[in-house]
Amino acid sequence: MRIGVLYSRVRPEEKLLFAEFERRRADVEPIDDRGVVLALGGGSAIEPSFDFDVVFDRSLSYSRALVNLRVLADRGVATVNPVDVVENCGDKVRTSSLLQAAGLPTPATRVASTPAAALRAIEELGYPVVMKPTVGSWGRLVARINDRDAAEALLEHKSTLGSYQHSIFYLQRYVDKPERDIRAFVAGGETLCAIYRRAPHWITNTARGASTGNCPVTAEIDDLCRRAAGAVGGGLVAVDLVEDPDDGLLVLEVNHTMEFRNSIEPTGVDIPARMVDFVERVASAGWDAAHDREGA
Amino acid sequence: MELQTVDADSECPECFESVRLEAVMQHEIVQCAGCGIDLEVIELDPVTLELAPEEEEDWGE
Repeated sequence: MRIGVLYSRVRPEEKLLFAEFERRRADVEPIDDRGVVLALGGGSAIEPSFDFDVVFDRSLSYSRALVNLRVLADRGVATVNPVDVVENCGDKVRTSSLLQAAGLPTPATRVASTPAAALRAIEELGYPVVMKPTVGSWGRLVARINDRDAAEALLEHKSTLGSYQHSIFYLQRYVDKPERDIRAFVAGGETLCAIYRRAPHWITNTARGASTGNCPVTAEIDDLCRRAAGAVGGGLVAVDLVEDPDDGLLVLEVNHTMEFRNSIEPTGVDIPARMVDFVERVASAGWDAAHDREGA
Repeated sequence: MELQTVDADSECPECFESVRLEAVMQHEIVQCAGCGIDLEVIELDPVTLELAPEEEEDWGE
């Protein structure tokens, strides 16, 4: 079984994954995504060999991942995650739309493509409102809008200074959560474990300094996470949930290249080993069989 | 696959503080204890450190 691992940087997560592959004496080839050349139609001597049973994508870059995984899919190379899952998770509009279509509880969300329309959406949702880039992570450029003055200023700034991606306004009702949210890890339709991410700040990403602690996987969390993972196409994903004081657990987003360095110790779950289990199942049995929990 | 790692002493290209590297692999990100900047191990033989790439807008998980 040959496994390729696409990466942008070797962070603690990638190092743990490579160590797990090595422990199993797996035939693994690291592929730096900065150096990848893909020859459409073939025939390039500088293209890395993609003669793998599966390519495990750990790219940090959403755009690089989309391009590489799309071309590999067209060639029939299995990837974890597949390009459709990456696209479904990486674009927040797409994620929210899929979660809603699957009947999952999520905060009220609006999408608008002009500042005037966005202002109408904000006023309809009611303050405070959270505005997020449609593509992005780690809590960057996420803003809580508390009143009309802030809304007008932010919309003007984004439309004047923002890149193309900021011309779409993704707006969500603010959830007054209890200084924590929940991050759950799902592999092949199984909820592996979950953590609380605690921070006094309303942005509770660990990349922004939130602390972590074990979150017991209740039947409700398990059900929501498995359904959310299924809504985006399955695979290896991390589901973010928030506890709304009125509406209970809501699914916020689903991440396709999950970070887990701070989640192994509090949960006691060997997350990289479970991820590698799934990648190897896809390589040996195929995508559908890897999601068959009875046969796993 | 045998994971190639090395132990080495190097120098931060930003603040010139010495950096002790233990079992690092190529393209691993390490932090300079002197100035706190992220560094990337570009080469293992000889060990070469460069400033890690700037975070880009579409980066994330």
